[in-house]
Amino acid sequence: MMTNPTGRMTQGQFSFLPDLTDDEILMQVQYGLNKGYAWSVEYTDDPHPRNTYWDMHGHPMFDLADAAGVMLELKACRQAFPRHYIRLMAFDSTRGVESVVMSFIVNRPPHEPGFQLERMEMDARNVRYTTRSYATHRPEGERYAD
Amino acid sequence: MNKPVDMGVITDAKKRYSAGVLKYRQMGYWEADYVPKATDVVCLFRITPQDGVDAIEAAAAVAGESSTATWTVVWTDRLTACDSYRAKAYRVEEVPNNPGQYFAWVAYDLVLFEEGSIANMTASLIGNVFSFKPLKACRLEDIQIPVAYVKTFKGPPTGMIVERERLDKFGRPLLGATTKPKLGLSGRNYGRVIYEGLKGGLDFMKDDENINSQPFMHWRDRFLFVMDAVNKAQAATGEVKGSYLNVTGATMEDMYERAEFAKSLGSCVIMIDLVIGWTAIQSMANWCRKNDMILHMHRAGHGTYTRQKSHGVSFRVIAKWLRLAGCDHLHAGTAVGKLEGDPMTVQGYYNVCRDSYTRQDLQRGLFFDQDWADLRKVMPVASGGIHAGQMHQLLGLFGDDVILQFGGGTIGHPQGIQAGAVANRVALECMVKARNEGRDIAHEGPEILRTAARFCSPLQQALDTWGDITFNYASTDTSDFAVTPTTA
Repeated sequence: MMTNPTGRMTQGQFSFLPDLTDDEILMQVQYGLNKGYAWSVEYTDDPHPRNTYWDMHGHPMFDLADAAGVMLELKACRQAFPRHYIRLMAFDSTRGVESVVMSFIVNRPPHEPGFQLERMEMDARNVRYTTRSYATHRPEGERYAD
Repeated sequence: MNKPVDMGVITDAKKRYSAGVLKYRQMGYWEADYVPKATDVVCLFRITPQDGVDAIEAAAAVAGESSTATWTVVWTDRLTACDSYRAKAYRVEEVPNNPGQYFAWVAYDLVLFEEGSIANMTASLIGNVFSFKPLKACRLEDIQIPVAYVKTFKGPPTGMIVERERLDKFGRPLLGATTKPKLGLSGRNYGRVIYEGLKGGLDFMKDDENINSQPFMHWRDRFLFVMDAVNKAQAATGEVKGSYLNVTGATMEDMYERAEFAKSLGSCVIMIDLVIGWTAIQSMANWCRKNDMILHMHRAGHGTYTRQKSHGVSFRVIAKWLRLAGCDHLHAGTAVGKLEGDPMTVQGYYNVCRDSYTRQDLQRGLFFDQDWADLRKVMPVASGGIHAGQMHQLLGLFGDDVILQFGGGTIGHPQGIQAGAVANRVALECMVKARNEGRDIAHEGPEILRTAARFCSPLQQALDTWGDITFNYASTDTSDFAVTPTTA
């Protein structure tokens, strides 16, 4: 159990709110589609804050008109990886942006053990810090199993 | 010897350069039919001529004194292509509803400026001219910088887009808080505030502008304790966190030393104050670019020359210069908080920071189109007397690309700093979610916050404590245009 006020990992746009229902997720997806964004479903069992590249569940969905398409992809991802972190990310290809513009978590492991902070004492009072997820002590695919 | 005459540019070279005093408009600093070139820098000044001084002559004098003129004719002009070097006032208009004040448009040839140097540009444009006796007051209202000159600046070392990628934070404003009290906390006590705020849900904490290295807290102690707090909060939340370490110091050597130490401790961001000056700002921007560091700019001191409408330099001009000089964060006003700022005028500053191409928008105080030539964007910071109960207004005014800093509104929470941070983060997330769902947050905002507070008692307490706090004072710096005229 993590000790921050939410009791869980707080990445993404809506981690401080109650989990979004599928209807609420659909509304966010529709908002992004209306703005011309392409949605992508990504999953991981390594929630380190600097783990940028979660695995893609297919390519970003360009040229998609119906938010239901994203929900189908999410459903498939949840079935394949029910105990992984899953996030929806929206990409904006506008010149001068060309990056992620929305990102929120839509699936979590049932138990989030959190992170260990390791301090390596250096010269003088200097310290080097390393953050390690307790879950990633186990190999990929075997994390969050119980 | 020439005598000043009332009208007309003297075209006969022998007469023009014979010793004596001429009117500025006769010397070629006024050209009513001049059309600015695509490579000209164009400035809009608000001038208040002394009684009896003609507005056109005053405008010509501004052009003259900010370029080549001195008070008398000099023969050495004739050794140069002097017509290129003369700035040209080409348009003068009365300021609406402000008798005695005039807008004067002045164009400067690109040859007048050193590439990539704000110090040089400012030495020309706001050098001597603001002390010029024939004017009671003078203000640089806006500036248009040609693409050819923009491209000589490197701009923000990180930029808004890359910053979000580094922080892994998208689709919502970032949240920050300035550590309070400003002065007197030891390094250890100071780090406590950092840890509580970040663990509670803020993305950033911030040193105040006058936290440097005083007797109660030397800079190395602050950096060491703060970075322990940042890393601990990062592990407690699984989210990237930062704290703006203010490296402002007496000399460049001091600032480089502090910045290097911040880097060695793994900080993702450092901070400087505007008072260090343009040259130091560009040097620190270069250092940040080399060291993958986000550069936070606190606009300390700007109110001494930006606030009064009749004299000084508008903040929109300062913001343009800072985007060119290169900072990643810039305090640009809150509109609803405790510090000066008319909402439309403040939105104008935000546009200057974030636009790819800024359009003329007189109601927001923007007199010129500005092509930013793909220069990276600055993340504006709203800080000073704002609280969770204003979240719908802040999101409506500024959108997602802004850092909202609630100092007192976090640290002053009755249940403590973490609770204050939670209240702000929940208020922010519920408002972004509601807006994306198509709700009308301007009107439904208070209800959206009350609903969210049902599952979040810290938010309820924040609303109970600060819900009614407003700072409703008239702004001094407002647009003079009630409606947008069609002509440029």
